[in-house]
Amino acid sequence: MSTPSVRRTDLRARISLNLHAVVGRAYPRVIGANREPSWIFFEAFLPLLGIAAYVFVYQAFGDRAIAAILGGACADHACVDAAEQAVYLAVAKANTNALIASVVLGGTMVAFWLNVLWSMASQLYWEKEIGNLQLYMMAPMNRMALLGGMAVGGMFMTSLRAVSTLVAGVVVFGVVFKVVDVFLLLAVFFVALTALYGLGMMFASLYLLWGREAWNLSALMEEPIFFSSGFYFPVAGLFRVPGWGPIVAIAGSFVPATFGLDALRQLTLGTTAFGGQFWIFDAKTELYILLAMAVVFLILARYSLAYLEMLAKREGKLTSRHQ
Amino acid sequence: MNTYWRTFKTAAWLGWEMDSNWTEPWLFMVYSVVKPVAGAFILVLMYTVFAILFGRADLSAFSYMYVGNSFFIFVASTLFGTFQVIQADREWYQTIRYVYISPISYYVYILGRAASKIAVAAFAVLITLLFGVLFLDVQIHLSLVSLPMFLVSLVLGLAVLLAIGICLGGISFLTAKHTHGLAEGIPGLFYVFCGVLFPLSVLPDWGQAVGRAIPLTYWFDITRRLISPSLDIDTTLQGYDDLGILMLLLVSSLAFFVLSILIFKMGEYFARKAGKIDMTTSY
Repeated sequence: MSTPSVRRTDLRARISLNLHAVVGRAYPRVIGANREPSWIFFEAFLPLLGIAAYVFVYQAFGDRAIAAILGGACADHACVDAAEQAVYLAVAKANTNALIASVVLGGTMVAFWLNVLWSMASQLYWEKEIGNLQLYMMAPMNRMALLGGMAVGGMFMTSLRAVSTLVAGVVVFGVVFKVVDVFLLLAVFFVALTALYGLGMMFASLYLLWGREAWNLSALMEEPIFFSSGFYFPVAGLFRVPGWGPIVAIAGSFVPATFGLDALRQLTLGTTAFGGQFWIFDAKTELYILLAMAVVFLILARYSLAYLEMLAKREGKLTSRHQ
Repeated sequence: MNTYWRTFKTAAWLGWEMDSNWTEPWLFMVYSVVKPVAGAFILVLMYTVFAILFGRADLSAFSYMYVGNSFFIFVASTLFGTFQVIQADREWYQTIRYVYISPISYYVYILGRAASKIAVAAFAVLITLLFGVLFLDVQIHLSLVSLPMFLVSLVLGLAVLLAIGICLGGISFLTAKHTHGLAEGIPGLFYVFCGVLFPLSVLPDWGQAVGRAIPLTYWFDITRRLISPSLDIDTTLQGYDDLGILMLLLVSSLAFFVLSILIFKMGEYFARKAGKIDMTTSY
């Protein structure tokens, strides 16, 4: 007969328990995915094609503009001499490279945003559908540790796709990045990811209460967010559209990817890219905004999870499936 | 034949209910339009940024891209509508075993389930095109003379898409829940190689060869020729006349239909052999 164990409630035991929960929830994402290697093809290679399409759009636009310059048209007037033509040609090539690089960086962020939507936000809903949620609720760890584990596992899984997009950008599309401040770049990247997954944690708790609306909401937050957050074009371009443009841009900036991408583009292409006319704020200011977002979203996630769990229990929706 | 038709009708009704009954009809209509219109707006902004940076407008290139992207809504919806059925029934609703053992054709059942997505896609395409013509100066001039040929090409294009979707469905019998990767990736393949957003001439030689081997390339080309005849873009497909393209689409749809039956049956056979018909992969 085994000796009955005493439940430990001291801080050290709680931290250890929750760290185990983080590792435990991240484990199936990392190991489970590796046991089914077909995901590399489906999740890393195939999505590159969609990004390639946007790259070729800019390539096509750039080619036509360059052909027009070579034909003697410098923007809205005829080129005065060979020197002016050469200047326009160099600017056109630099702009095409910067636009393609914007798509490549946006493509890496798409991977994380889709992971946040489908593997963070809708995950508790998914767990409810397949009957795991009640097991999680009975376990003694903090719910945030569960979400933290999902986030760590998700980031690891998604990194492969993100890296493959970057590598394809450099090797296949010949994108040139000019990184000046590596530490600031890393800080922006990781803070943006933390804010993004914090938002995902907050959504996860909201989705707990919803039924199939959750799935449809995630689907709805793909293209409209890619658009309003400027995944495939510098987001400040929206401010140049009179009327609705700035409104869409401001609405989109509540998603951390907006400032994250804007800062990453500045730090990898240089602030002079696009003639310096397509940035919202400087990279440091955007880092501070992202930092504030990360803190706010994580705190909101903590409280909304507790509140909505209680609400879901009260309304009897915590374990109701297929609704 | 009667059983097939009944299966199709019931599956189409089921698909429609599953797609739409989670909310009010008006909200569902908004939802169905917001996604594709936002997708079109990404391209509008890409074009706007280009036009500002390069100081030149290129309405032909923009219209080419906009029309192609509008019809691409059919590609994404039809493919997703077919290949997601197996994974949704298997992984999410876990009802595949009950549907599978019922006395119906599972192939026809999948086609029926896809029908509602095609109907919603048709609505979204229409709205996107209307928006483009009314607010973005997209060059569209569909004449009455071209209408019958346009409708025939549309039906043939959709037939090819359905057959490709069933082929993917057959494969998904054997894979884990990769619906999103497939939903993003396979349409992505057509997005790049079929001249949807840019002419084939932008692609390297091998890419152009791949594009010419996919029937959807010709479907997009004939669609543009019929509804936007005034575009000044070198598509590299001028050597094909309209009737030739229609014949090519007809032959392709038949070939893909046969291929879809073969792949579907093979996928089904191997999934049964490996005990994967009703597996769940819930990591």
